[in-house]
Amino acid sequence: MTFEALDLAVRYGRAHHRALDGVTMRVPEGALYAVLGPNGSGKSTLMRALMGVVRPEGGEVRVGGKETRAWTRRALARAVGAVPQAEHLAFPLTVRDFVGMGRYPHLGPLRPEGDKDRAAIREAMRRCDVVELVDRDVTTLSGGELQRVRIARALAQEPSGLVLDEPTASLDIRHEMTIFRLLRNSAERGMTVLLITHHINLAARFADRFLLLSEGRVAAEGGASDVFKEEILERVYRWPVAVETDPISGAPRVTPLQESTAS
Amino acid sequence: MKRTLLAVVLVTGAFVAVFLGTRFGTVHLSTSEFIAALFGGGTEMHRNILFELRLPRVFLGLLVGGGLALAGSVFQALLRNPLAEPFILGISGGAAAGAVLVIALGLVAAGSVVLPAAAFAGALLAILLVFGVAAAADRRLDVRVLLLAGVVVGSFFTAVIAFILSLSEARAVRTAIVWMMGSLYGADWSNVAVVAGYTLPAALVLLGLARALNLMAVGEETAAYLGADVEKVKRVAYIVASLMTAAGVAVAGVIGFVGLIVPHGIRLLVGSDQRILLPLSFLAGAAFLCLADLLARVVLAPIEIPIGVITAFLGVPLFLVLLRRSMTG
Repeated sequence: MTFEALDLAVRYGRAHHRALDGVTMRVPEGALYAVLGPNGSGKSTLMRALMGVVRPEGGEVRVGGKETRAWTRRALARAVGAVPQAEHLAFPLTVRDFVGMGRYPHLGPLRPEGDKDRAAIREAMRRCDVVELVDRDVTTLSGGELQRVRIARALAQEPSGLVLDEPTASLDIRHEMTIFRLLRNSAERGMTVLLITHHINLAARFADRFLLLSEGRVAAEGGASDVFKEEILERVYRWPVAVETDPISGAPRVTPLQESTAS
Repeated sequence: MKRTLLAVVLVTGAFVAVFLGTRFGTVHLSTSEFIAALFGGGTEMHRNILFELRLPRVFLGLLVGGGLALAGSVFQALLRNPLAEPFILGISGGAAAGAVLVIALGLVAAGSVVLPAAAFAGALLAILLVFGVAAAADRRLDVRVLLLAGVVVGSFFTAVIAFILSLSEARAVRTAIVWMMGSLYGADWSNVAVVAGYTLPAALVLLGLARALNLMAVGEETAAYLGADVEKVKRVAYIVASLMTAAGVAVAGVIGFVGLIVPHGIRLLVGSDQRILLPLSFLAGAAFLCLADLLARVVLAPIEIPIGVITAFLGVPLFLVLLRRSMTG
């Protein structure tokens, strides 16, 4: 599974500025690919365009080498699991039924879940460590539990690619680490993972490649040494930073400095 | 387990409702007269009461009640709003405006099909108006716009009704008000056939959407990521549930509470899985309206109480009990 954008442009309605403008990127098979950038830089839009819920104004997006719009929704959901930033549940549901939604693209309108579906749901819940929550009402879960349950739902789709929009937002250290490790393990198993995140240091530590977006354009793309440069990050985030090597993980570590030099 | 039990209870309830609705009515039949007429004996009048008055009425009650409850459940899922019911999108207003217009013009006497045809046409007009507005932007159906457009179109038709009634004579006003409160009076096999022709295929289509409607509960974006063709699901659900409602309203008037309270009651008992909720709502709505109609006929016989009064008197306390039970766990 690969994800690609070629000179991608997206505009919402009649907005003056494009949300994405000339973005080209490629996520190779089995990579953990981190998409970074300030708020409003177009990260979520990139995910929506890749997954075909917003239409590009120009350029194209490809999943597995095939243009996104050529996929049926059902086939795309069997190939790629996606976890958007937030969702609001209209009616209470148990964790079991919630994760079971991941089997939708594998089932017809009437066929009941079979052994294979139940096995996929169990395995997804086991990997995300939510087995003990099975009978809980999703609306009563804590933030960390809910994020793990949402990722379990995506894994229940048995996809070969995964796209996640800030899955560790507002989580504590333990839950952040659990999720980053889960995604790293998934990539090790050959799954292609595109991760949108603000946890720049955890991304530096766990991801293989990086895309840094700024106002809808690519500010940097490539390995850690291509992206984690003080002058690039300072320009994009408009805040002075120091980039050092973390003595424990060996990955780049970004530290925001005290004073803003931005006007 | 609980689901199976409830399904058995509801099926039994529907059969009991059919039996009671056929056995009892304004005219009293003794047990022997009832059995004789049932098997083709007895007097012609008794056979007519059974086969031409009560049975069609019972079946119409099942179809309209089941259809309203099912449509209510579908609208709640589609609009992601627990307050939704089949009439929230202006269908009742359109239907009532059509009906009131022909009543005021004195056209009702011209034939039994005039009133339902006018009501159905009014409902269709409301559906087209609301759909046209909500699907205008980007050819996507925006459910928030759908809800707003529905409520506004409904209010507009209410004003149309008020305008027509203000120019009508007292007798027409009374007829119109009785019609608007809903009744299965005047049921015959031909309108049972018409309503069945809409309701049964529509119910099958909607039951087939149950799994996709489940996904709508987590929002449209996520539903798309999970493999649902969201735009198609919304369009089909809205159009099919609306037509089914329109067919029911055309023959039975605006029967309130069934489409709101039945799906909620069932949801409180078995949860929100549409695959369970939709068929059980249909069954419960069918049995409920059939029994409500029996009460409407016999409680103050020979006067008929509007069935909407019965559905409210029965449904609201029942619903409050369920609600309280669910709150206290």
